[in-house]
Amino acid sequence: MNIVVCIKQVPDTETQIKIASDNKSIVTDDIKWVMNPYDEFGVEEALRLKEKFGGEVTVVGLGPKRVTESLRTALAMGADKAVLITDDALEGSDSLAVAKALAAAIKDLEYDLIFTGQRGVDDDMGVAGASLAELLGIPHVALAVKVEVAEDGKSVKVHRPVEGQTLVIESGLPVLITAQKGLNEPRYASLPGIMKAKKKPLDEKSLSDLGLDSAQFGQEGRKVKVLELTPPPERAAGKIVEGETPQEKAAELARLLHEEAKVI
Amino acid sequence: MAQGVWTIVEQREGEIRKISYEIISEGRRLADALGQELTAVLLGAGIKEKAAGLGHYGADKVMVADDPRLDPYTTDAYVAVISQLVKAGEPALLLVGASVQGKDLAARLSANLDVGMAQDCTAFAIEDGNLVAIRPIYAGKAYAKVTFENSRPQMATARPNVMAINEPDTSKSAEVIDASFTLEDSALKTKVAEVIKDESGKVDLTEADKIVSGGRGMKGPENYKILEELADLIGASVGASRSAVDAGWRPHSDQVGQTGKVVSPNLYIACGISGAIQHLAGMSTSKVIVAINKDPDAPIFQKADYGVVADLFDVVPALTEEVKKYLEG
Ligand SMILES: Cc1cc2nc3c(=O)[nH]c(=O)nc-3n(C[C@H](O)[C@H](O)[C@H](O)COP(=O)(O)OP(=O)(O)OC[C@H]3O[C@@H](n4cnc5c(N)ncnc54)[C@H](O)[C@@H]3O)c2cc1C
Ligand SMILES: Nc1ncnc2c1ncn2[C@@H]1O[C@H](COP(=O)(O)O)[C@@H](O)[C@H]1O
Repeated sequence: MNIVVCIKQVPDTETQIKIASDNKSIVTDDIKWVMNPYDEFGVEEALRLKEKFGGEVTVVGLGPKRVTESLRTALAMGADKAVLITDDALEGSDSLAVAKALAAAIKDLEYDLIFTGQRGVDDDMGVAGASLAELLGIPHVALAVKVEVAEDGKSVKVHRPVEGQTLVIESGLPVLITAQKGLNEPRYASLPGIMKAKKKPLDEKSLSDLGLDSAQFGQEGRKVKVLELTPPPERAAGKIVEGETPQEKAAELARLLHEEAKVI
Repeated sequence: MAQGVWTIVEQREGEIRKISYEIISEGRRLADALGQELTAVLLGAGIKEKAAGLGHYGADKVMVADDPRLDPYTTDAYVAVISQLVKAGEPALLLVGASVQGKDLAARLSANLDVGMAQDCTAFAIEDGNLVAIRPIYAGKAYAKVTFENSRPQMATARPNVMAINEPDTSKSAEVIDASFTLEDSALKTKVAEVIKDESGKVDLTEADKIVSGGRGMKGPENYKILEELADLIGASVGASRSAVDAGWRPHSDQVGQTGKVVSPNLYIACGISGAIQHLAGMSTSKVIVAINKDPDAPIFQKADYGVVADLFDVVPALTEEVKKYLEG
């Protein structure tokens, strides 16, 4: 079973986001970059399936050279090889453009399953996975918390929570699955794993290597244009609920919620 | 020339979901700003009788695609049908609810139509005849104002619980049109093999009007019953911080935050939650935030409209009793 996992590099979730002077992008100087947390679930699931069915796990990332680090992390966890799509012309591409480049790189690989994260915790789009599947002409199932590949390796059942229920979706292979929390507990890279990762193949591809026209990518190629970034709206200063005892505080809070906020 | 505003209606087992009224209402406002028509697109099986009523909320027309293969929702079938309708009808705007289903549909449909799409928006406006959307990024640590260059339809999903629902006007009903489409069985590559219902009957956190959330300060899974009592009383759903989820006290689906659910209820009560940046990211668009925490320096108090510095094990049961007094009049 050959599996591809897409890995996006995103700012660590601790990061305080600062808006750059162009008002359209963020200051990236002090950012610690990490593998998108949802992609870790994808890598883990792929490794478990490989352990069961055999085959190879290929991780694919797109972005500047620093993305190599996240790909190496996945190799250290146990993936077999990596592809980095990197090209100056990609800077500022939107999700659809990213999906097009990912599709161009993945279409010639052998795959039965593709994992992506359910969304990047940067732009919070959650678009690249489904778009990639559409462009490759394969089905997808989003938000998996459980993936059961049939013993014969020919079909899969995916558990996918939607509001108030869980759908079990059945699909043939190949299929793209987007991973979310609850799917598994991602492993840490072991020291031997980290050593081995250094020797695993990591292929770099530019847009022209993929036969793509750079005019479709980057800021110029965006279909969704960012006009402006702003800090989140300020919340008016709150109040500390007064009272001598917890009982009094509870009574005052109930009163405020009823009379002032009118939510109860 | 692309004309008109379309909204995709979401239904489950023949019942129109609340998010649909939210986007129809918002669609009405945008259609008025453009001086164009609002069309609601309704897909399902045996669903036509629900169509005219969507006019109460502002739809001028309802286009109905009725086919047994359109219930329950599958991405394949919905994308195949809506893509045809959009190509034939050429709307200027296409709005979808940012529910689990809507986000899934919109993501794939945008690639199918080769258009830009803005996911999970919290506000829309028309400027110079074009759609402008506001969307939180980095889980609300910044807001992006976006527009859609040379890409039609302009496509976006709207976060649940954010768009105001119009007062229904029962004197208005929509013109119902049968959509014409073809659906090949070969296009249907996935199927719903089973539906596992959540027996709790609780509203999902992303759609909840009120949420009572508990963190590590709850000290153990058994103590959530005090939150559940309060929640049952006020019609809230119960959420959790990641610490509580990782400790195994609550299911993953209860996690609120940057790597959990992003919620925006009218009331969010955080009990024994410190207010880590990843947690705040998931609930900072809540309208009224209450924090109950014994540490006066907990960062959650910086976001809270009402902060109670006290032991939650004293305050929460007392609050439940006090609220009862108001609810019982
Ligand atoms: C990649 C990544 C992603 C993450 N994603 C999320 C996410 O999506 N959601 C999330 O929530 N976290 C997330 N976190 C974790 C986050 O950083 C915090 O660790 C977590 O939110 C802390 O949970 P907590 O507030 O329940 O626990 P703590 O920080 O331990 O806080 C417990 C609070 O309870 C109070 N308390 C204790 N006892 C009582 C009492 N008897 N009465 C009143 N108050 C009491 C304490 O004063 C304290 O403030 C993420 C972290 C990482 C690294
Ligand atoms: N630049 C990228 N490189 C590799 N994978 C990506 C990239 N962007 C998005 N993805 C994949 O698509 C998922 C959803 O991302 P997004 O649509 O950007 O929220 C991520 O979790 C990744 O698995």
